[in-house]
Amino acid sequence: MKIEIFIANFAAQLEETDASIITAETKFRELDEWDSLMALYIIAMVDEEYGVKIKGDDMRNSICIKDLYEIVKARFKTTLV
Amino acid sequence: MYNPFSLKGKTILVTGASSGIGKATAIECSKIGATVVITGRDEQRLNLTYSQLEGSGHLKLVADFKIEDELVALVNNIPEIDGLVNVAGIVKTLPFQFVNRVELMNIFDVNFFSPVLLSQKIVKARKLKKGSSIVFISSIEGTVTTHIGNSMYAASKGAVSAISKNMALELAAKKIRVNCILPGMVETPLINLGEITEEQLEADKRLYPLKRFGKPEEVAYAIIYLLSDASSWVTGSNLLIDGGFTLL
Repeated sequence: MKIEIFIANFAAQLEETDASIITAETKFRELDEWDSLMALYIIAMVDEEYGVKIKGDDMRNSICIKDLYEIVKARFKTTLV
Repeated sequence: MYNPFSLKGKTILVTGASSGIGKATAIECSKIGATVVITGRDEQRLNLTYSQLEGSGHLKLVADFKIEDELVALVNNIPEIDGLVNVAGIVKTLPFQFVNRVELMNIFDVNFFSPVLLSQKIVKARKLKKGSSIVFISSIEGTVTTHIGNSMYAASKGAVSAISKNMALELAAKKIRVNCILPGMVETPLINLGEITEEQLEADKRLYPLKRFGKPEEVAYAIIYLLSDASSWVTGSNLLIDGGFTLL
């Protein structure tokens, strides 16, 4: 599971934000367009792309995209085993 | 004692009786005099509901409605009834652009096809007595409101309310009444499967003029009204139970 691809998948859900400014360190909940619908997009993307279920609380406990990536990565491995 | 809302002498079938609104409905119906037939998928949880029923003569029948044979067996195994309450339902939160056939079929299977086909089979088998009542748990979602991520659920409930109107019309000839309840958010295990945070739920709660979500019993009382002879001239209705949510 590559972080570059995770970031690209994340950025693909955004409408207004320039995807090129999205990095592992992006504090996604501070984005202008971030709202509860966007959170649902990310949850659905993670499920569809990685087969991993994340919760609203996982989002809330993540500051930047890397934090979220680590959560997904940990569960992705578990799923594979 | 004078009580036009009593269900004494009536036999009521309740689906989804292992938790939430179904469980509360089964228990409240038994308390107000009904003989209750409860059904659900989970035997253990169904037993728990069964143990909380008041009075005697109640039945419990485990069935998974997605399996046609189990649906048919259930219809064969129930006695003649005076009321059917279709409560079994599921929720799936998914933004519209992620909606897919598998999830859509799954939610329609449980929320629409199963209650509709159960009702159809019971009617056809003539197991609903004259003067009986069918109650569907629809929702404010899909009939009045919608929330983000809830398109599939809203569609399934909108479909339930739509078909119930036709059923009310056609089944009037058999003296069977058909009505829907449209609850707002009710405190059941369904309301948060994790996609939304507790904070978001609290914020949603504050949007209700009565400043809280409903309790399962508060929906059960409305169901009792629609099952009882107190509502004998009520058919094809959609009864709002929403703490005032749709006023705004």
